[in-house]
Amino acid sequence: MQSGRKIRVLIAKPGLDSHDRGAKVVARALRDAGMEVIYTGLRQTPEQIVETALQEDVDVIGLSILSGAHMALFPRIMELLKEKGLTDVVVFAGGIIPEEDIPELKKIGIKEVFGPGTPTETIIKYVLENAPKRR
Amino acid sequence: MVKIEEVVKGVLAGDKRSVARAITMVENSPEEAQSLIAAVYPNTGKAHILGLTGPGGSGKSTLIEKMIREYRRRGKTVGIIAVDPTSPFTGGAFLGDRIRMQELTTDDGVFIRSMATRNNPGGIAKATKDAVKILDASGKDVIIVETVGAGQSEVEIIKVAQTIIVIHAPGLGDEIQAIKAGIMEIADIFVINKADRENADKAVMDIQAMLQLDNKEKAWTPPIIKTVALTGEGVPQLIEKIEEHWRFLQKGLLHKRSLEKAEAELVEAIKDKVTSSIIKKLKREKRFEEILRRIVDREIDPVSAAEKLLDQILE
Amino acid sequence: MFDRQKIEEIAKERERWQKSTLPNWIRQCPERQKEFKNHSGITIKGLYTPEDVKDMDYMRDLGFPGEYPFTRGLHATMYRGRLWTMRMFAGYGTAEDTNKRFKYLLSEGETGLSTAFDYPTIMGYDSDHPMARGEVGVCGVAISSLQDMEVLFDGIPLDKVTTSMTINGPASVLLAMYIAVGDKQGVPREKLGGTTQNDNLKEFFAQKLCIFPPKPSLKLSVDVIEYCARHLPKWNPISISGYHIREAGATALQELAFTLCDGIAYVEETLKRGLKVDEFAPRLSFFFASHNDFFEEIAKFRAARRLWARIMKERFHTRNPRSMWMRMHVQTSGCTLTAQQPLNNIVRTTIQALAAVLGGTQSLHTNSFDEALCLPTEESVRVALRTQQIIAYESGVANTVDPLAGSYYVEALTNEMEEKAMEYIQKIDDMGGVIPAIEKGFFQREIAESAYRYQREIEEKKRIIVGVNEYAIEGEEIPVKLLRVDPSVEKKQIERLQKLRRERDNRKVKEVLEKLHYAAEKDENLMPIIIEAVKAYATLGEIMDVLRKVYGEYKELIII
Ligand code: B12
Ligand SMILES: Nc1nc2c(ncn2[C@@H]2O[C@H](COP(=O)(O)OP(=O)(O)OP(=O)(O)O)[C@@H](O)[C@H]2O)c(=O)[nH]1
Repeated sequence: MQSGRKIRVLIAKPGLDSHDRGAKVVARALRDAGMEVIYTGLRQTPEQIVETALQEDVDVIGLSILSGAHMALFPRIMELLKEKGLTDVVVFAGGIIPEEDIPELKKIGIKEVFGPGTPTETIIKYVLENAPKRR
Repeated sequence: MVKIEEVVKGVLAGDKRSVARAITMVENSPEEAQSLIAAVYPNTGKAHILGLTGPGGSGKSTLIEKMIREYRRRGKTVGIIAVDPTSPFTGGAFLGDRIRMQELTTDDGVFIRSMATRNNPGGIAKATKDAVKILDASGKDVIIVETVGAGQSEVEIIKVAQTIIVIHAPGLGDEIQAIKAGIMEIADIFVINKADRENADKAVMDIQAMLQLDNKEKAWTPPIIKTVALTGEGVPQLIEKIEEHWRFLQKGLLHKRSLEKAEAELVEAIKDKVTSSIIKKLKREKRFEEILRRIVDREIDPVSAAEKLLDQILE
Repeated sequence: MFDRQKIEEIAKERERWQKSTLPNWIRQCPERQKEFKNHSGITIKGLYTPEDVKDMDYMRDLGFPGEYPFTRGLHATMYRGRLWTMRMFAGYGTAEDTNKRFKYLLSEGETGLSTAFDYPTIMGYDSDHPMARGEVGVCGVAISSLQDMEVLFDGIPLDKVTTSMTINGPASVLLAMYIAVGDKQGVPREKLGGTTQNDNLKEFFAQKLCIFPPKPSLKLSVDVIEYCARHLPKWNPISISGYHIREAGATALQELAFTLCDGIAYVEETLKRGLKVDEFAPRLSFFFASHNDFFEEIAKFRAARRLWARIMKERFHTRNPRSMWMRMHVQTSGCTLTAQQPLNNIVRTTIQALAAVLGGTQSLHTNSFDEALCLPTEESVRVALRTQQIIAYESGVANTVDPLAGSYYVEALTNEMEEKAMEYIQKIDDMGGVIPAIEKGFFQREIAESAYRYQREIEEKKRIIVGVNEYAIEGEEIPVKLLRVDPSVEKKQIERLQKLRRERDNRKVKEVLEKLHYAAEKDENLMPIIIEAVKAYATLGEIMDVLRKVYGEYKELIII
């Protein structure tokens, strides 16, 4: 990795979900691991999230959702990413996401899902290993 | 690997994705930055570049959101660079300024980019000035740079922006003291935000008093505008003043400032180039380590060593 | 509580014990940790003796139950007279679905209702708002108009049961709907009993469901307090909530201190309306979490009661004991419950519920073992309710009042919690109160720090979570059946709403909304006009939109 290069991560909160404890813990852990972390704030539409990812030119998008609305919101996000040509951005997610939904989410392009109890170490490691080596 | 030419083409066409990519390039790689900026440079110089500086919590981000709305109402397109600090310990950064502007994210006439200082002192990042050029070349009418706002003397912004807005708000602790020396002098416009608060008028008076201390004859006296960024009160007046300052600059000062800016950039570029080419040469000739060793062994001091080297090379 | 001479004697003996007996034991069996601390960061000693409570004065600091300072409980007989209210937080799907769940819970022996609303409702949007897509009925019940509310309480006599509603920004609207349902059922307003959470201050730093900026938010909370003081004598207009503060990551101490600060702010603001303290203070209620550290929690509840009584007496000069009462609802802590080995959660909840009961709560919700997976199923919620019933009827802990009083440890900890909470309260007073502290990000920073520290402690194994960072099952399969809300709920709900919009008297709706706009600009108490609006079947979203226009919307101050 080149010296000037930093991994840029977007932590996003889609929908009306306002549980932010986990999102902030994850954001802080990634920052402390030397990454540049952009946080969308709460209650974002899929359009806002994708547009933010585009303008910030992030390497990774982390979706945090505990409201159970992931099956309604994630497909739209993935669709928009494709539409805007952001196909090289790695998307992963965390929060309350039932095991049985994960295969479907992986099918639409969510690379990984981390539920409650995941050490932030694991999340950091995942980003370091999976952030695209572009540019 | 994305081709630079393609990115340049996109930037000039105003394509957001290319603008975003281009900014990443100037942040990450000096080599790419150089060729990119060289390519877009002829298309810059059209935007009005504003710098917004002031202590943390004074309402910079909130105010910018309202300024964007006002510019959009006037049919102008806007680019924003919001700078936040990099942690000197971990190298990481939390970029949270755009949260207040998120509603405008999906507006096609608006482009918001967060930027970490990457330990550059002075309130902005090293790449900020190049990022501004990219936004300028992409056709944005107005570009707003929000500095870190850590309360130190953030005067680097003067090298980037044409109109400097210094913002303050009542209730931030040691009041006007927080506008550190140095910052006072660079202000073209003062904003007292949170005018809905009790002590706003006192803050205005404090600044007036400080301005009166400075009795140099001036062609432009910085006005003081009161705003309530939460509601947008005072923002149309602020934009009016900014436009007024722009017209004022164009009467002649702009050219002078452009020359000054060009000079500053040229000098800095020369420093960079000279330094790196000398060091490269020394390393190539394997003399670098040798000199370092002599310095450590107290055979020669660093400044004398540099002088001697330069003399040799320039001969 | 002992005389000086006795204390000196004990101190001498303790020193001897420390020199002669203790070292041998430590040599043979060293202590497991260098230092033991509770969540609030208070160092826990190996042994507590009368020395640790030597400055206590029984009558001053404990007294008798039902009397100032209420450390030992609000009622003289406590649970010997009446058990706490078993109130399970419930809601999902349409009003019909939740109505069924309410009836199920009542039939299983629950003694009070507690309503969970879905996201659109808690944010003040109708079910057909663009932001509501995919969220209708998912995390609670969808209520967009009086019509939904009528269905929700269909066949439930409002004079026979008390209902708690977890609603904040739109609290006045939901209360108005409840009043309207009561009117329809013919229940006199003096008989309506229940609670609206209506604690808008904690939203800014804990629950984060903020709609309006702090000042209008506080105004709306106080509107409800004022209205209830005048018209709904049995309603708790507010539930001043530490629960959310705690669950957002705060320590027990921060939970205690910040909640009391909020309480002070509400009292001060309501006094400004010209009400006398005793006209509203008796109906203020509180809401706390019960976390894992058993004694810390018990000490917190006891300290909270004593501190509030002292604040009301000394700061607000009341003489009415009822105004000094801190009546509390407790919920066991959701964030201690794990997705891994979910049945372990039953045990955690039992310990936490026991602490709440030993702490003297008036009302209790116990979480279900599937807490970290989904909304509770009928099966899981039944076990949670049974947990309370077992504590109540089988454990014997309810047979005497405040059984832990006089424990050197519990009393010392209670004192320390009170003292340290007072320091925080002083700090916030110095900042100019709760709203300036919110604007400075004080609470947000404190809570973010604690949340991060908690996470680090788990990762560094300074804090063991059974089944997660220790005793985990490799490749565990979770055999729990999940509650899934039927996606057709959204469609059904939207159809009902749109039919209502077609069929109601839309001229009347428009008029009343205009009246509301005017009243909001004039800063009147909005309750009466909101009641009029819901009765005209103006929807929740329509009413809230008027207020959004007048007050503006809040943008969060983010601190990680
Ligand atoms: C704390 C909590 C709250 C707090 C929130 C405080 C706050 N500011 O965040 C309070 C009390 C306010 C609250 C309220 C509500 N809650 Co709640 N809450 C919880 C609880 C108990 C713990 C969540 C938590 O913070 N855990 C600690 C953090 C550190 O863990 P985490 O968020 O899971 O994050 C970890 C991983 O998931 C992952 N992760 C998370 N995000 C991301 C992102 C990325 C990119 C990655 C890689 C990983 C990742 O990494 C983290 C570290 O391990 C859960 C149940 C549970 N035990 O999980 C219910 C839960 C999420 N809440 C629930 C509900 C329904 C609500 C309400 C809607 C109730 C209502 N109707 O009023 C409200 C809504 C409030 C809101 N703000 O949105 C439900 C959701 C149901 C569902 N999905 O089906 C749950 C599951 C409880 C339940 N079983 O009923 N809640
Ligand atoms: N009362 C009042 N509060 C305001 C006003 N403008 C901003 N605020 C509040 O002040 C706080 C800080 O606002 P920001 O816009 O984040 O300030 P900033 O200068 O960008 O802060 P940093 O990002 O920390 O540098 C927020 O809580 C705003 O809601 C105003 O005009 N009046």
